[in-house]
Amino acid sequence: MADRILVKKTYKLYVGGKFPRSESGQTLTFTDKKGKLVAAYCKSSRKDFRDAVLAASAGLKAWKAATPYLRGQILYRAAEMLEGRSAQFVEELQLQGMGKSAARKDVQQSIDRMVYYAGWTDKVGQLFSAVNPVASSHFCFTVPEPTGVVAALVGDAVGLSGAVEAACRLLAGGNAVILCGCAACPLSASSLGEVWHTSDLPGGALNILTGIPADLAETAGSHRAIDGVLGIGLDPAVEKSLQEAAADSLKRLSFVAEAPKSGSPYAIADFLEMKTTWHPVGV
Amino acid sequence: MSENPFINEPYAPAPESTKVAIKDVYGLFIENDFVPAEDGSTRETFNPANGKLISRVAEAGEADVDKAVQVARKAYDKTWSRMAPAERGKYLYRLARLIQERSRELAVLESMDGGKPIRESRDVDIPLVAAHFFYYAGWADKLDYAFPNRTWRPHGVAGQIIPWNFPLLMAAWKLAPALACGNTVVLKPAEFTPLTALYLAELVQEAEFPPGVINILTGGSTAGRAIVGHDAVNKIAFTGSTEVGKLIQRSLAGTGKPYTLELGGKAAHIIFEDAAIDQAVEGIVNGIFFNQGHVCCAGSRLLVQEGIADELMRKLEYRIQTLIVGDPLDKNTDIGAINNQPQCEKIQEFLKEAKEEGLELVDGGQDLPEQGFWCRPTIVKNAPQSSRIVREEVFGPVLAVQTFRNPDEAIEKANNTRYGLSGGVWTDKGSKIFKVTNAVQAGVLWANTFNKFDPTAPFGGYKESGMGREGGLHGLVPYVRLGD
Amino acid sequence: MSNSRVAIDAVGVAERAKRFQTRSIKKASKLGAMELALSMVDLTTLEGADTPGKVRQLCRKGLNPDPSDPSLPHVAAICVYPSMIPAAHEVLAGTGVELASVATAFPSGQSPLNIRLDEVVACVEAGATEIDMVINRGAYLSGRFSEVAEEITAFKKACGPAHLKVILETGELGTLDRIRHASDLAMEAGADFIKTSTGKVPKAANMEVTLVMLEAIRDYYWRTGEKIGMKPAGGIRTAKQAFHYLVMVRETLGPDWLTPKLFRFGASSLANDILMQIRKIKQGVYSNPEDVTKD
Repeated sequence: MADRILVKKTYKLYVGGKFPRSESGQTLTFTDKKGKLVAAYCKSSRKDFRDAVLAASAGLKAWKAATPYLRGQILYRAAEMLEGRSAQFVEELQLQGMGKSAARKDVQQSIDRMVYYAGWTDKVGQLFSAVNPVASSHFCFTVPEPTGVVAALVGDAVGLSGAVEAACRLLAGGNAVILCGCAACPLSASSLGEVWHTSDLPGGALNILTGIPADLAETAGSHRAIDGVLGIGLDPAVEKSLQEAAADSLKRLSFVAEAPKSGSPYAIADFLEMKTTWHPVGV
Repeated sequence: MSENPFINEPYAPAPESTKVAIKDVYGLFIENDFVPAEDGSTRETFNPANGKLISRVAEAGEADVDKAVQVARKAYDKTWSRMAPAERGKYLYRLARLIQERSRELAVLESMDGGKPIRESRDVDIPLVAAHFFYYAGWADKLDYAFPNRTWRPHGVAGQIIPWNFPLLMAAWKLAPALACGNTVVLKPAEFTPLTALYLAELVQEAEFPPGVINILTGGSTAGRAIVGHDAVNKIAFTGSTEVGKLIQRSLAGTGKPYTLELGGKAAHIIFEDAAIDQAVEGIVNGIFFNQGHVCCAGSRLLVQEGIADELMRKLEYRIQTLIVGDPLDKNTDIGAINNQPQCEKIQEFLKEAKEEGLELVDGGQDLPEQGFWCRPTIVKNAPQSSRIVREEVFGPVLAVQTFRNPDEAIEKANNTRYGLSGGVWTDKGSKIFKVTNAVQAGVLWANTFNKFDPTAPFGGYKESGMGREGGLHGLVPYVRLGD
Repeated sequence: MSNSRVAIDAVGVAERAKRFQTRSIKKASKLGAMELALSMVDLTTLEGADTPGKVRQLCRKGLNPDPSDPSLPHVAAICVYPSMIPAAHEVLAGTGVELASVATAFPSGQSPLNIRLDEVVACVEAGATEIDMVINRGAYLSGRFSEVAEEITAFKKACGPAHLKVILETGELGTLDRIRHASDLAMEAGADFIKTSTGKVPKAANMEVTLVMLEAIRDYYWRTGEKIGMKPAGGIRTAKQAFHYLVMVRETLGPDWLTPKLFRFGASSLANDILMQIRKIKQGVYSNPEDVTKD
């Protein structure tokens, strides 16, 4: 009896809660160290990015409207989903050239980071809010709100947990995310969409575009419906061109050189807007 | 009784009597000394209410900026960063007290140089200036409590550029948190309104600040560009137009230099039919005519629910006739002079265009003085969303009025702008307040009030109105570099 | 009767009221304001110890506030208890100074309606040209608004030719929303004037309350074309306070209301402070309190 033919996975994008191919039809190939083809994955185009912006704008409405408690539930659910599929993710990372223990560690760190940020969704509001003791008959308070649609560009040397960090810190604050790049583990990034998709995350709240971040940087920087850009491990020249383009619509920008070893609420705060509300106190 | 002068013409001129000593020429304030610009340039500063020359101030160039930045760096390294935080706080307290002592002189000077009514400079600007220094003075030795679980350190030299609409208040908003966090400062006041900042410099001398901690460079865009572009400036804080804010963000690309930007606005002021209408009218008046409308967070777009539009407009039109336009130094003046000629021309341009568009304009009908720059409180009725007067910042006493039918429409119109600095909501219903203030994308929301400011209350914009917050605990964040 | 409620924001009212106090006037205008204020005073005595002698003295004072300055106007009215009407009538009849009497079981209003109505009739018959009634707060606070309105209408009818001032006793109504509501209700029920207070409860007139009532008057005028008068009472003791009120009236209702026909001060000691201010303006030196008559 002949060996059963393996059903191979097509690695697709994750946009608006669906798994489309790149509209350009272009793919990139991931090869192992010996140059052997591992898999092909989508090379996202500017048009894919623009589609993702539309999806994210719709996703933002639902994600912002979700209670912080529900957002925490969904992030935790994503951790559960990833835990359940950890073997698949470890295997995929190995396919992409990582050693087994490093791969396992990366997946575990990803899961733990999801759990970490799941816990912050209903706490950042308290951590960064204030009741302001103003010197007049007014009640005045300041609360954080999400910045909006944020593009997260993940550099070529950043692993799975770095991509998860980028997505989670933005989602935890209530932002909608367009995760771009992840050239070090594009297959895992693509599979990550399946994890989120089975976690009740509203469609469009997170969009994943595999490909070359530099390709998308210009669009991410200049697209006026993008409110912020997070860069992890980007080339300084890419960062600079992003910043220049972003000035056209005064985007919020945050760049870190490499994937942080631990999560932080201050990382969430980079993409929170503080709203101060006043009301008179009287009868 | 009709011959009774109180009934006919109650308010005779009532000029503020306090005199301020103003020098003929001011130098740049560097290392606690007033020095001429390297190239000897000066610029004249005028009283916008009568066009008369008040004084001449040195015009800083690149060399002066470089000198001030070096001095500020030296002061940072040698004294300010090494000083016990509590001692830094005491200098700020001292300055706050001096401001309170000289508050009337400062108010008069502010009104002379900038055209704002003495009632506002005396009752709003200057008290808030002192309060701001007082508030941040107290933070100087308590910063460990401001950033839980993080280490922090000052940036070093902060370069700060401020506008002409609240000259001294904006200086206070910039200086107080920067200094409390241990930075030294190079501050550039606006070219039209340098005098109160220079008076403040004299108070800095009097408070015996260590030389170089506070440097104040008068000048224009050359100096501004030089500050933004200087390698040894470690942080930029800018308040001004969105246009310039974008240039600054672009020019800082790749430098890693942190920046805060407080920019323009086009706030929606939403009046629901269940609002306290008479107080709403006051809120609208305060929202758009405060400081001649030269307020980035001015409530310049009035959105009125249709059911009360006629009643509200009648009251508003009646009310604006009682506003007194004239001499900023007169205690009865409600609306002073337009700050400067270019701004006055810009406002007139907007009004001309609105007329050409066929929009109905109503103003308060006041007689205007012959000299100086003036604009009557003006309402543009039934302005379409597509009109420039609805979409762009006029920065003058001009209110664009639109109506809406239900809350969703109000919210949609309120958010239909690239700006996001402030907003106002009037309704007697608590749950509606929270729904609407949550939905309006802006950094400051006033519900059943408008244009309230306090040093403890964070202020700043969403979207193209800028980034970062000034005031309160949140106002400290931009002035420290946080570590793990 | 009014069921519609106008919302009032207390902090906004306080801010607006404060603004009037920053207005500054000089010389001729100030003198004009002082003389106007004097002409608007309802010179009042409402004491258990009032006697015909005391009331006659007060009436003389009202007719001729400063014997050394005959150019000054007389006050608007003398306001007394019902039993003092005859004594006041002796002095005031035909002088142009109105004779105001409190009535309707002042200050509490807690008597049967027929007794309160009879009191009004008796006062008018005895010579009162103005009736200062109190609303039935017991009814108002328990939500029986139509009862309050019907009573006012009945008192108005009982007044005949006399003017009816309706005292809301704002200090007992608790909130500005209610003060506004009661103002609307009183005007619609037939009040010629609405008045803040009896002077017999701790919270008397203030700028905030008066502003809310003035705005009610303005809205009523815009709605009906009818001009209703306003009388703050109690707590206004100084010429400076009176001036602030006049500024408020002028900027809220316009110069039309700057007449004793439409604005009054219910006060006892205010007149003398105004007289001292007028002397200061005219003579250039500050007066001794003994320079003005204490009646």
